[in-house]
Amino acid sequence: MSNGIVTSHIINLIDKDSRLDGRKLDQFRDIKIEYGVSAKSAEGSALVKIGKTEVVAGIKMEVGEPYPDRLDEGTIIANVELLPLSSGEFESGPPTIKSIELARSVVDRGLRESKAIDFKKLTIKKGEKVWTILIDAYSINDDGNLADAIGLATLAAIKDAKFPKYDEKEEKIDYKEKTKKGIELKELPIPVTVLKIKNKFILDPTLDEENAMGARLTVTTVEDGRICALQKGGISPLTPEDTEKIIELATKKGKELRKLFK
Amino acid sequence: MGELKVKDKDIVVPGDVLAEGMDFLPAGGAFREGENIIASQVGVVSVNGRLLKLVPLNAKYIPKRGDTVIGKIVEVTNNCWFVDIGYSNHACIPLRDGSMEYIPKGADLTQYYDYNDFVVANITNVSKSKEIDLSMKGPGLRKLSEGRIIKVNSAKVPRIIGKQGSMISMIKQMTDCRIVVGQNGLVWLYDIDPLKEVIAVEAIKKIEERAHIQGLTDEIKMFLESKVGVKNAVQ
Repeated sequence: MSNGIVTSHIINLIDKDSRLDGRKLDQFRDIKIEYGVSAKSAEGSALVKIGKTEVVAGIKMEVGEPYPDRLDEGTIIANVELLPLSSGEFESGPPTIKSIELARSVVDRGLRESKAIDFKKLTIKKGEKVWTILIDAYSINDDGNLADAIGLATLAAIKDAKFPKYDEKEEKIDYKEKTKKGIELKELPIPVTVLKIKNKFILDPTLDEENAMGARLTVTTVEDGRICALQKGGISPLTPEDTEKIIELATKKGKELRKLFK
Repeated sequence: MGELKVKDKDIVVPGDVLAEGMDFLPAGGAFREGENIIASQVGVVSVNGRLLKLVPLNAKYIPKRGDTVIGKIVEVTNNCWFVDIGYSNHACIPLRDGSMEYIPKGADLTQYYDYNDFVVANITNVSKSKEIDLSMKGPGLRKLSEGRIIKVNSAKVPRIIGKQGSMISMIKQMTDCRIVVGQNGLVWLYDIDPLKEVIAVEAIKKIEERAHIQGLTDEIKMFLESKVGVKNAVQ
């Protein structure tokens, strides 16, 4: 229920360094990761729950022709579907700005710019056949912080994925038979969204808190603290000091979240 | 000879046979089919002599005259405010019942209650065609300016309030939280200490979850004592 009274209450609470559900400003809700939730139909899949927020990610693999300028490289295609049942805000139909934002700047940019996946290793025959990895994330329930949930879910799904058997002579993929080879992840790009409400910064916002935000910045970092993606949202501006503070917070939290995968 | 098929306080689902024979009478939530009395809701059986009643576990709010409800202003016209109280029809606060103070003719009504404001109001009338009239004239009826609103199942509201308000006054006393429970299942809470407010919310959610259990007051008392300490405990 988005309403004025809760929004102003959140803003008042933030002033007292407190939140609606009693968490600390930089505290995440409970995170649960479940691997292989759709083992029959996808090569890799995972379900991530952050509090009441739920996201399912799936990996499909196809064999196709490489791009003309990258003859010895495979590719990834990321897509995010915001299902109408997961929130009152989402409608069915073509991708919205929000779903494109999540797919492009959180999933795709995070994986591509961190160089987590070695695209050269996805080549079957140079210039002719390469693996295409399709990454799809679906929102099951939106209670805020979809970006981080989608980021974690896609990483978990990639970790879970195994290549299907490919017959080079008949040029056919046998999806029923999985090989033991998985996708090698060299880095773990973890997105962390930081919300700015009234000069305070909070992590893992709920839906009500997202409705009360001034600005948000999603920072994707890898193990050594390198930033590989940034995405800003919300109407109010961020000063350089704000941005530094946010990056510091997100890098620290990213390190904690990375432990979930080890 | 009639035979009772269930015990008092049993949980039944629709279609369950509660009793056989003509010795028992169906009341709310149950009906007679031939010789049998059958449940029509999910609920807890209450056996009162020959009377078999079902207390539903889950119910939509149905407005009654005299109920105090919390609602959101969804429309402001030139002579009334329309309020969403969680029923199929919007309720109406007519101008004459809008405020304790005099509202001059042609006044901007949004100055009193604006869109998305929450108000505590009293139901003065429910017509046959389910048009609901509200009044803001009375003690404690007002616009809610700060605090949070949570939603609970309206079937559990009697448990949250308790006998003669025993449960809710215990929560208020132990957490120092200000609470208004609307009969329609919306609850308003405010506490200067945010953590105590969270404890009060947890307590209310706990009551909602475990409403069908006996001895709930003691359980909630123990829960609150463990959270806030015995300092504030009821003597």
